[in-house]
Amino acid sequence: MRSESGQRAPLPLTLAAVCGVLFLHVPLLIIFVYAFTTEEKSYQFPPPGLTLKWFAVVWERQDIWNAIALSIKVAAIATLVALVLGTCAAAAVARAKFFGRDYISLLFILPIALPGIITGIALRSAFHVFDLNFSMWTIVLGHATFCIVVVYNNTLARFRRTSASMIEASMDLGADGFQTFRYVVMPQIASALLAGGMLAFALSFDEVIVTTFTAGAGSESATLPIWMLNELIRPRQRPVTNVVAIFVIAVTFLPILGAYYLTREGEHTGGTGK
Amino acid sequence: MTPAVRFENVSRHFGAVRAVDDVTLDIAAGEFFAMLGPSGSGKTTCLRLIAGFEQPNSGRIDIFGQNAVGVPPYRRNVNTVFQDYALFPHMTVLENIGYGLMVRGIAKGERDRKAEETLELVALPGFGERRPSQLSGGQRQRVALARALVNEPKVLLLDEPLGALDLKLREQMQVELKALQRNLGITFVFVTHDQGEALSMADRVAIFNNGRIIQVGTPEDIYERPAMRFVADFVGSSNVLAPDFTARTGGPAKWTSLRPEKIAIARGRMKPPAGAARMAATVTSVHYQGSVTRLHAKTAVGQTLNVLVPSSQGKFGLNENVMLHWPKSAFHIMRGEA
Amino acid sequence: MNGALTRQRRGFFRHASDVLFRHPHLLLLLLLVPPLLWLGIVYVGSLLTLLLNSFFSIDEFSGLIRYEFTLATYAELFRLANLDVIFRSLIMATAVSLTSVAIAFPIAYFAARYARGKWKALFYLLVMLPLWSSYLVKIYAWKLILAKEGIISWLAGQLHLTRLLDAVLAIPVVGGPSLSISYIGTFLVFVYVWLPYMILPTQAALERVPGNLIEAAADLGASPRQALRTVILPLALPGIIAGSIFTFSLTLGDYIVPQIVGTSTYFLGQAVYTLQGTAGNIPLAAAFTVVPIVIMGVYLWVAKRMGAFHAL
Repeated sequence: MRSESGQRAPLPLTLAAVCGVLFLHVPLLIIFVYAFTTEEKSYQFPPPGLTLKWFAVVWERQDIWNAIALSIKVAAIATLVALVLGTCAAAAVARAKFFGRDYISLLFILPIALPGIITGIALRSAFHVFDLNFSMWTIVLGHATFCIVVVYNNTLARFRRTSASMIEASMDLGADGFQTFRYVVMPQIASALLAGGMLAFALSFDEVIVTTFTAGAGSESATLPIWMLNELIRPRQRPVTNVVAIFVIAVTFLPILGAYYLTREGEHTGGTGK
Repeated sequence: MTPAVRFENVSRHFGAVRAVDDVTLDIAAGEFFAMLGPSGSGKTTCLRLIAGFEQPNSGRIDIFGQNAVGVPPYRRNVNTVFQDYALFPHMTVLENIGYGLMVRGIAKGERDRKAEETLELVALPGFGERRPSQLSGGQRQRVALARALVNEPKVLLLDEPLGALDLKLREQMQVELKALQRNLGITFVFVTHDQGEALSMADRVAIFNNGRIIQVGTPEDIYERPAMRFVADFVGSSNVLAPDFTARTGGPAKWTSLRPEKIAIARGRMKPPAGAARMAATVTSVHYQGSVTRLHAKTAVGQTLNVLVPSSQGKFGLNENVMLHWPKSAFHIMRGEA
Repeated sequence: MNGALTRQRRGFFRHASDVLFRHPHLLLLLLLVPPLLWLGIVYVGSLLTLLLNSFFSIDEFSGLIRYEFTLATYAELFRLANLDVIFRSLIMATAVSLTSVAIAFPIAYFAARYARGKWKALFYLLVMLPLWSSYLVKIYAWKLILAKEGIISWLAGQLHLTRLLDAVLAIPVVGGPSLSISYIGTFLVFVYVWLPYMILPTQAALERVPGNLIEAAADLGASPRQALRTVILPLALPGIIAGSIFTFSLTLGDYIVPQIVGTSTYFLGQAVYTLQGTAGNIPLAAAFTVVPIVIMGVYLWVAKRMGAFHAL
């Protein structure tokens, strides 16, 4: 809903909105400031001094790079699996009527509606039963489960917005199912896939609760959040975690903007005569 | 001559709903055929059966003599112009039109050439590089038409093609479509709920109701000689007269339909001609429509008649008492109500 | 091209397409089975395995799991200490959700209604950025803000509001020795961390409200406040409820936030974590998890009835 152009928001609303946004961002500023503090053991305010040395420390530490690499790998695989499975399910639910369709919607909400600790424990006891060793793949298993949900929701919303007659039009013009998918369906859902994929990647990259249950002990199965959890519990070189956090924020800044512009496009209804 | 499309006892139901109920139909090659009826009458389903988007539950469908049941739409030499045009938003106009050629493997140069030719045919030269979102409704419709025609289909299907256009544009397109069809010689089958459209464009019209065909004939047949009350009501406004009323006015004791424009008005001292059917009535409403004026007049027995007279006859006042009359030959006897 | 039915292009794909066309159920199966297999087997399967454990019990002396069907473990849930944990978590989740709505709504409304073009992108960025910032680091930032030697204490000192701070901390039950060791602190962190999850669906729902509805309401004589209450809020409700699914469920199961910013009393997540970890009491841990499952089940059912699923 848009108000008429030129209409200004009432002052209390603007104030409330601005305060809300400030509330969201002041802690981030704190994180930023504390990447430069000289005090490494406690969170003293105001910071005793400012320094750039933590950035150099982060650069040197191999365990951070390993953790980042593992997080990227896990997130990439989980997102890939989610893209395929989530899109298939969304296509089926959007276009076909079948028995139990509503239950499928429910099923696809569970992994994010139920607290992560439940998913974590459930998976861990399942691994126990099947005698599976913890590895990168067990982490992927956990992450892919909620990534599928994210992609599914995004893609379903997009499928619902595209007109079914376009698929019929394509077939009418001589394209079989596969050609139709390639030339008509894919371009339509591509940006939704990208946005859903990026959201899934983000969630996986930052996920900690499910991961604590599905990763093994030991630093070679430490994703970045696990690394952070370990670091924060042992109070040494605290600012290092702030530096890493800033790094992640900086790197993800542009993709977020990109995903926004991609999912936002307005009229994509191929030519309704209205 | 093999008919372009032949339906033999075709039925299609969705659960308990019989969308198409035992329909038998022949559409001749090179014909401009209209399927007319209210919403939900089965006409669109029949169109989709020809296109291949629906499969019949029973019956046989032949397209130019070949059995089409079970054949997917992409294997049929039939193309459709959709009601919402269904243009591909991520492609330019030229790419949209050339789509059918592209999936058949025709080279880009040839595709573009043919697409440009067809653009000229639908009076949109030079629009190739635009996107559907940049076009007006009428322009999109022409692109949809071009996209279908460029494939030189044997049968062109049009699903309520003019519904979204304003009056002037609609009338213009009616003329253009008719001319196009005559020049190309392709069989056109179009679906509409607008009887004026059907009557003005089609060579033959099929009236649908409740999944069945009520009457098939030329526009003149349908209008002058409606077989059933439903047709009389649906196509043009008509006065449907019950047997006893018909008899009262001087006609036969049967269900008849009487077109408003056949009724003349005698006012004041004027007397209707001898031998004419007649009935006294009081004017209840007057609608000036430019060249004609439409009147409603209520008779003593309560029946309201719809009358259409040239506006040159003068102005009529409310509650004016008039004598309505018409030649007995204007009665059209109907088979039933249906 | 002769005849009306052409049979050009016999390729594998064309043939496969024909088969799928004639058997639409086959296509449906191919699309549905793999994801259902994953979610059904991996996810639901492990859930069921977990729930199965809740019907076992733990032998008090040996500490081993006794694999016989019993409801004794569920009975343990009703012990006062455990009930305390459940209610504490429920109250916190409710408080967090309600407060999130109150803070999120103005932001979402402003962004949906008055932001345009560049500003809209900016708002989106401003909401998404915290979402992408590390969850853990955010919690520790709040610890810093709330700690006794932290920012709020320092600010209170500078503004001579220390007595106000002490008064707040002295409130029974929710107060504590310092903000970072109190329910107020836990509450604040929860609200902060889940706020973007509430803003996004609310904004999406508000954007779907046609602008002319507000004009129609005004035309019919409604004041802006009335229009908000009777037209906008009901239409935005599905989005708000969708957001609340996240805030409620995330608060209910979180064990990290209360551990870092909070008192030493347990919330549901912590109880489950400790029980299945050091205590090795998987049956009781499983029984505890049934509580949020049941609660979220009811919540989801209500949310579905109110149309929230379309707002996700």
